Amino acid sequence: MTAYRYDGTFAGFLTCVWDALECGIEPVEFLLPDGGAALWETREPATDRGKAKRLYTALAKRVSPAFQKLIARGFLTCLPQKELDLLVLIRRGLAEGDRVRLDLSNPVMARVNLALTKMWTEWDHLKGFVRFSDLDGALVGEIEPKNRVLPLLASHFAARYSGERLALYDRTHHEVFLSDRGRWKLLPAEDFRMGPAGAQERAFRAMWRNYYQTIAIEGRLNPKCQSTHMPKRYRHVMTEFLTDEELETGLPGRSAAGSLGDGRGNKRTP
Amino acid sequence: MDVMEKLTILADAAKYDAACTSSGVTRGGRAGTIGTASNSGCCHTFSADGRCVSLLKVLYTNCCCYDCAYCVNRRSNDVPRTAFTPRELAELAIQFYRRNYIEGLFLSSAVLKSPDYTTERMIETLRLLRTEYAFNGYIHAKAIPGADPGLTYELGLLADRLSVNIELPSESSLRLLAPDKSRASIFKPMAQIRDGAAQSKAELKLYRHAPRFAPAGQSTQMIVGATPESDRHILTLTEGLYKKYRLKRVFYSAYMPVSDHKNLPAPAHFKPPLLREHRLYQADWLLRFYGFTAQEILDDSHPNFDAALDPKSDWALRHPEFFPVEVNRADYEAILRVPGIGMRGAERIVAARRYGPLSFEGLKRLGVVMKRAQYFITCGGRMLPGLRCSPDSVYRRLTGLEQGLLGSGESWQQLSLFEQGAG
Repeated sequence: MTAYRYDGTFAGFLTCVWDALECGIEPVEFLLPDGGAALWETREPATDRGKAKRLYTALAKRVSPAFQKLIARGFLTCLPQKELDLLVLIRRGLAEGDRVRLDLSNPVMARVNLALTKMWTEWDHLKGFVRFSDLDGALVGEIEPKNRVLPLLASHFAARYSGERLALYDRTHHEVFLSDRGRWKLLPAEDFRMGPAGAQERAFRAMWRNYYQTIAIEGRLNPKCQSTHMPKRYRHVMTEFLTDEELETGLPGRSAAGSLGDGRGNKRTP
Repeated sequence: MDVMEKLTILADAAKYDAACTSSGVTRGGRAGTIGTASNSGCCHTFSADGRCVSLLKVLYTNCCCYDCAYCVNRRSNDVPRTAFTPRELAELAIQFYRRNYIEGLFLSSAVLKSPDYTTERMIETLRLLRTEYAFNGYIHAKAIPGADPGLTYELGLLADRLSVNIELPSESSLRLLAPDKSRASIFKPMAQIRDGAAQSKAELKLYRHAPRFAPAGQSTQMIVGATPESDRHILTLTEGLYKKYRLKRVFYSAYMPVSDHKNLPAPAHFKPPLLREHRLYQADWLLRFYGFTAQEILDDSHPNFDAALDPKSDWALRHPEFFPVEVNRADYEAILRVPGIGMRGAERIVAARRYGPLSFEGLKRLGVVMKRAQYFITCGGRMLPGLRCSPDSVYRRLTGLEQGLLGSGESWQQLSLFEQGAG
């Protein structure tokens, strides 16, 4: 029985996969640096970007580019112990080839696919639900996603607002996306506060809240349908549901309540 | 009057238009402009009535010279009237867009002075937005029936999608309730938009910089429940619109009692036919994505939807000869006809069975929901083990499922029908 401990990066994960393939190890758990003590022998291969890159390229060349993408995207999901599932898929992919992607009724594949579907849904939601505030000419916003969708949202917003300066903070994964007129990067960031807005910004927020209230048809009120399409967990960072003060000081959401911690809170389906 | 007040009045006046989609065209970001568009559209929030808010949906003005009985903006209605200036509206749209509140602008208008004058004002607004503000995002504009074709064409060069509202499902209803509009005045711009878009598409194949006319096509909407047409009539009309006018979408809007006109249902006890609207949308999806024809869904002996059952299950129960469908062998099209299996489910089934034969367990893991599908499929020649059913019991179970979904809110007036059937 072996566990792997790594730094949480994709390169770190691929280094562990390399080690597992080379030494024929079937780990039972993947741990992060602060993930507590394991009950079993723990291997900690130092992250080797060279090996990671070679393995990553091999996934595309020996299996298929689509398979490579499946693994890379799968790593962004919040599936608990996704590393174990992805390792199983990589082993199978290298042995069987691209055919493995068709095996949708396989439990591991089904689990990864479900997690991916949920992640893409969240990404799709957030493309619309993100709210920016104009603070001294820069557009600033916050999200609190379950999956690590910020890298996927980054290119979308960088292209959309190619003439603007942007900052979008991910509270769950403590990461910030910065864009300056189309050139963007992602940086780790421990803390983030929006700060107070000027009169003009507040005026547009007020107009938006007002528009939002006005557009609903009274005779058709349907909060259940509303919640189905827009789960409540998104609302604590959305302008139309918050006052200026709540928006600027940051209304505590899920992670502050401690219910989800590091975003690995999705139940693992057996 | 400040912009806040104008926005309130003109958004309030526009909200009964059902369409708020931003789909049908993909445009990446371009340096020097603001905005992108994606083919599948994007919802930015959902209002308290559960409808997607994608675009800033406002009227240019609610000052109207027409007197359509079903409309809140009819000239005989006593409401505050106002109009944006093109700059006010363009500035508002851009500032909302920058904050990611919206995906673009949906500009409609009451008929101010004349259709031509109104269209000119709309063109001025869109031109400001597209040129001076370099807006590259989505614009949906309403073509005003009766406007000069040259102006409608100009509007279509600035917008992504155009729409002409057909308003009511038949000519006689139109005469009764919208005396200023005629069937011909509605279908003429519709045909023009269809031909303009087709021509533009053909030219774009030859010349990269040919002008793009309404690249996201056109849509329409009609009011349901204000007049006595049957569901079959409406669905056949819809099918014709999709085929003949190549519409991208037809929207249905349950009539809201906004007027006590003598030709309309009395507002006092009228409840908007929301369930009927829901069934029409379900049938609309069957037409567009599932390969059904209007004739199959509803026919002479069966001119209205079963309130207790969705149209797909309804069709399936009336066609026992089509079932069961063997998931390991049947065509994609046949699998699509199984109640409870959607497009994604059918695609996954077709992909997964190339790897190996599918079992019921495997189907569940694929994400196929068996609640409805179990009565209509076989895996390897067998029904789901332990499943016992007769046509009657299947009807009862399917309506039971449906009732659970719809809930028993008061607004679903037709649900009173269920109470006998669902014992």
